[in-house]
Parts: sequence; structure tokens; C-alpha cells
Amino acid sequence: MAVTGLLMLLFLIVHMLGNLKIFYGRDDFDHYAGWLRTIGEPVLHGAWYLWIQRFVLLLAVVLHATSAYQLSRRDLKARPTKYAHHQRAQAGYATHVMRYGGITLALFIIYHILDFTTLTLNRHGVEGAAYDNVVSSFSVWWVTAIYIVAMICLGLHIQHGFWSAAQTLGLNRPSRDRAVRGLATGLAVLLTVGFLIVPVAVLAGLVD
Amino acid sequence: MKLTLRIWRQAGPAEPGRMVAYEVPDANPDMSFLELLDVLNERLTLEGDDPVTFDHDCREGICGACGVVINGQAHGPRERTTTCQLHMREFSDGDVIDVEPWRSVAFGVVKDLMVDRSGLDRIIRAGGYISVNTGSAPEAHATPVPKPIADTAFDNATCIGCGACVAACPNGAAMLFASAKVTHLNSLPQGAPERTERVLNIVEAMDAEGFGGCTNTGECTVACPKGIPMDSIATLNREYLRASLGRK
Repeated sequence: MAVTGLLMLLFLIVHMLGNLKIFYGRDDFDHYAGWLRTIGEPVLHGAWYLWIQRFVLLLAVVLHATSAYQLSRRDLKARPTKYAHHQRAQAGYATHVMRYGGITLALFIIYHILDFTTLTLNRHGVEGAAYDNVVSSFSVWWVTAIYIVAMICLGLHIQHGFWSAAQTLGLNRPSRDRAVRGLATGLAVLLTVGFLIVPVAVLAGLVD
Repeated sequence: MKLTLRIWRQAGPAEPGRMVAYEVPDANPDMSFLELLDVLNERLTLEGDDPVTFDHDCREGICGACGVVINGQAHGPRERTTTCQLHMREFSDGDVIDVEPWRSVAFGVVKDLMVDRSGLDRIIRAGGYISVNTGSAPEAHATPVPKPIADTAFDNATCIGCGACVAACPNGAAMLFASAKVTHLNSLPQGAPERTERVLNIVEAMDAEGFGGCTNTGECTVACPKGIPMDSIATLNREYLRASLGRK
């Protein structure tokens, strides 16, 4: 889970930075979107790189979810009896919502792909017109609301997940703990805010 | 102090259990929690009832025999304190206190508040040792140990194996216990010969007992009466990765 999680995190940072190109205007953004399909040319033919990346990411999601399912099953089996007196959790909210947040994110990823990759749910839905597709989706308040909820889930998931990955990989040490926790919170805030700037800007009419 | 205890009563491993309320009108703030149970048991015995079974031994907070979940917290509300060292002055007159046994599928209830913690012993047997010639123990100062390493090893050696980490863990995992043993012995030169097998065998034994997996919630460190830190779990993971990758 640690390795696949960090791989997906790396992708999300690049994805978030790419999204911000929308503020440079329609031509810039559409050109960037088009370039994403041709990375690796002429060594790789056409959209090969794109498909390799899609395959790796899909594999990461599947392995991440499978590990989460196996771990949850084992954990629920190990503690079948709850305490009559409810335990006061010492762990933070982010830790508490890992499972539900993860499921929410999985559903969101499906929705997100139907919205902007296959364009099935997109109101504009013109291939190559990335800028107009984005604007058409986020102009609808409830679409933006879905993205806001999902990105808050993402931030919480990263806040616990990043630190937890450092623990799992044995990278955490007493001298580094504050830095690792700080980095986890920093990445969580950066990605949540970075991803939400675009839909909120569209809804507010700053991008049209 | 007048207190109401709601205690988990279970006649045997296969019997159904339930919470039973008992009034203790004559509790003293200077009593330890175990002494409160003694007072209750004395009365139950005189009344011809079955006394409440609970584990205890040294009553000095160093043996790891005692331990119950008090109001949803392993060893009760006081930080870094075993049940025997918890005094009734931590509670108020008229309180209703819930007392339950450690809960994990690897800790079966023997009777009432007593659970079978032999799973922890089997983890120790798998790797909680070093190979030395006990016939002629070597001079301790012959093996120099740097101070920070000695401190880490000692901090982890303070684990008394009470099982509070397992009880507090929402996954019933024994990671903090296992990591204390691995960190203690793997950081010392005396533990070096078995460094690789130790961590592999301990993790294998832990899995075989049916303990849950770690999700890094940190609940164990809050419950631990000896303050074993989350860093020990990172050390166990580091040692495990190193051993799995076959590095010597």
C-alpha cells in the first residue's frame, strides 16, 4: 500500500500542476492536453506513453485496493468483539476515515474518468477541447460540490497515508517524525487546494 | 467514595458473557484499582457469589500480569500507568466504571477479566532471545555499546508484555509488542547474530497467532504503560524489509 500510494501521490502532484495551466487560457491548456497524448514521441508511437501510464496507474489502484481489502478483512477478524464502553479514539480524524475515504475516492475516480477521459458524462464532451470540457462540467454547482467532497477526502487520505507509508517502509525515525508529519500535512493541503482552485474558479466565473 | 462497577462476567472460554453491575459503597481514594476489585471480591465471597477473576502479580507496575479495559481505555485513564498503579483518586464519587477484558481474537477470555496471553509468549519464543553461553557469562563491559543505542534498547526493553497495545488497537494487532522486542534486541551487538531470523520469526509467529495488521493508528502507544513509541514499529518494518531483501 505504501509503494502504490506513493506512486499515485507522485502522479497527483504532476496532475495538479498540469491542471493549473488552465489559467494561461484555452490555447495553452488544450495544447498541453494534446501534448499529454504524445509524450515519448518519436521513441514511442502515438499515445503509447499515455497507455503505459494508464496501465501502471490502474495496476497501482488495483494493488492498493486489494491490499486495503485484505488488511481490513484481517483486522476485522482479529477484533470481532467491541468494547461495551466505547473507546475514545486518540487518533485523528484522517486516520479514522481511511477506509471510507478510500472507497469514496475509488468511486470518484470512476466518475472523474467518465467525466473527462471518456467524456460520457461531460456536457460539452468534445474530444480535444479540454478547456471547454472543464468549464462545462464545473459550471454546474453540484459537479463542483462532488469534486470538493472528493478532494477533501483525498487530503485526509494523504495526511494519514503519507506518514503511514513512511512508517511501513521503515523510513520514519524520531528525528524525522516532525518533518514527515509536516510534509504529510503540507502535501495534503497543497493537493486539496491545488486541485480545488480550478473548479472553484470556473464556478466563480474566473475561467470561462 | 461510592462507585458502581459494571464488570464483564463470563464463566468460561466457551460461555456467553455479559456486563454485571456491582455497587461498591466503601471505596477509598487511596486504593489501587486492583484493591477495589479485592474489596468487591471479599464481599462477593462472603455473600456466596463467585468472585471476579482477574490477573495480577507484582502490583508494582513492572510484571505485566494485570490489565483490564477501564471505561474503554486499556489500563484506565492515567497515562503510562498499569491497572495496579491506578488509584481511585483518578475517579469521582458516584462514578459508573465499565471494566472489560482485553479484546482480540488472539486473546481468548479464560474467565471474567482474565484472558489467555500465551500468544505473546510464543512470539517471544520465536525471536525474543539472544544466544549466549550462560555457563560463563562474559564481562558486560567487554562489548561497548554507544549510549544512544543503549538508550533505545533500554527504552524498548521496558516492555512488560501486558498486552495493552493489543487491547487498545482497533485491529487487535500486536505490532507494538513485537516491535519493542525487535528494536530492543536488534539494536544491540549481543542481538546481532540472530538479527535477520529474529524479525522474520517474530512476524511469522505474530501472524500465526491471528493478531490483526497494523494501520498506524497509534492507539497502542497511548495505552502502553511503558511509553513504547511508534518509532519502534518503523524500526520493525525497516528490519523486516532488510531481512526480506536478504541483506546481511
